[in-house]
Amino acid sequence: MQTEFIIFVFLALATLIGAASVALSRNIFWSAMGLLSSLVGVGGLYVMLSADFVAITQVLVYIGGVLVLIIFAVMLTSHIQDINVSNRSMGLVGGYLVFFVTATLLCFVAIWTPWKLTGELPVADTTVAIGNGLLGTWLLPFEIASVVLVATLVGAIVIARKEVKAD
Amino acid sequence: MAHLTLTHFLVISALLFGFGLLAVVTRRNAVAVLMGIELILNAANLNLVAFGRYVAGGISGQVFSLFVIVLAAAEAAVGLAIILTLYQMSRNIDASAATTLKE
Repeated sequence: MQTEFIIFVFLALATLIGAASVALSRNIFWSAMGLLSSLVGVGGLYVMLSADFVAITQVLVYIGGVLVLIIFAVMLTSHIQDINVSNRSMGLVGGYLVFFVTATLLCFVAIWTPWKLTGELPVADTTVAIGNGLLGTWLLPFEIASVVLVATLVGAIVIARKEVKAD
Repeated sequence: MAHLTLTHFLVISALLFGFGLLAVVTRRNAVAVLMGIELILNAANLNLVAFGRYVAGGISGQVFSLFVIVLAAAEAAVGLAIILTLYQMSRNIDASAATTLKE
């Protein structure tokens, strides 16, 4: 149990430090690296929650897909000279106020609510159950999600392509 | 203390949500705002999986988080396409200065 707790603390630190650098780092590329650390940490926490399939999906989709897209966007849109410009919209005071109020409130709720725990389930692989569920109980949401994915990807291509000027 | 409970994961998730919100409200760079949204979605996912393990049982929480991941990927693709279009138009991705997507 002690080892488990140490690993948990390590993953939690990776997650939160990464998240903090996403929010606070002045260099947008460092923010992307912080996002990487945060996503890896959350993937590890999924493994600790015995959600192995979700953890693998997190690595494949978030780190392999979304993060690469974000780094592409960072590289394509920031000039070298203004990469260090700190750009704040709301002012840090308002931002910190929002952060502390929200985080305190949510932590308070998380700690003081008497959750109806069902006892800890044994650590087991979930891939078989998820596969059966996606083709059984959750078949309709699964198909709708795939249609949504196709529609948004086509939409993204239509938005991002260079417009051909009709003369 | 050394025994992991639901509360540990909920607190991590709450802080993650707070940092995501901080990024969304304080950053002007549109890509950074998008990163904050990804953090918020991750916090929600962590909550879903944690509740699925400690409260609900079964795999419904995990399946729900898979759908959230799919929609987050779609959202990132469209969001980045919009940001690239914005950049091609105005050479600037300041979220508070963006008013048009087409001249």
